[in-house]
Amino acid sequence: MDLNVKNEEKGTLVSVTGRMDAVSSPEFEKELGRLIDEGNINFVIDLTGLDYISSSGLRSVLVTAKKLKGKNGQILLASLQAVVKEVFEISGFSTIIPIHESVEEAMATL
Amino acid sequence: MKSLKLAAIIENLDQFIFFVHTCSEECGFKGERAMEIELAVEEALVNIFSYAYPEGEGQVEMRCTQGDGKKLVIEIRDKGIPFDGLSRPDPDTTADIGNREIGGLGIFFIKKVANEVRYSRNGDMNVLTIVFQ
Repeated sequence: MDLNVKNEEKGTLVSVTGRMDAVSSPEFEKELGRLIDEGNINFVIDLTGLDYISSSGLRSVLVTAKKLKGKNGQILLASLQAVVKEVFEISGFSTIIPIHESVEEAMATL
Repeated sequence: MKSLKLAAIIENLDQFIFFVHTCSEECGFKGERAMEIELAVEEALVNIFSYAYPEGEGQVEMRCTQGDGKKLVIEIRDKGIPFDGLSRPDPDTTADIGNREIGGLGIFFIKKVANEVRYSRNGDMNVLTIVFQ
């Protein structure tokens, strides 16, 4: 899994590529935690390059979303591949974490 | 039948995933279905890595058998404490963000993506059988 962080006008864009599994997900949680500690509270997560996610990946997204909720921040997901979207839908996470078709669309709602 | 037996530790997850990826490819699964197979296997293994051997180290074995037609039977065997995740209630997937928990989601995923999933306790062994078609 690779993470690329970019500060945009309306929020922080984090692009995730590769796989979010039980081995790599803690790294996502740690990096997002660091960004939140630095004062970033509005995130768009670009998942165009994410090929795979398991419940461990969902856990790290949930932990991040809970942290942000306490700070009136937001985490928006954008551009999910079919298999990743399926995992969010089966788990019901798609009803608690906003999912957008594109990064542009997500950024526009911040 | 192909088999891989390694220590039940998270550091071995990648090797198991690579193994099942090879088996599913040979069986003709690709794309989204191949990913679902990896998902089921990861969820089953992570449970074993986390809970099967609370008192120390143990092993886990994965057996892949190609059935008639496009059918992959995956058996995951460990000698840890008896654990039948299938008998647990499904998680509440409608709870709001404050009340949402992750526990139980892994087993739920296996049930959702596999065609068939069975648990049995054979002597001192847990055997989880997951079938994909």
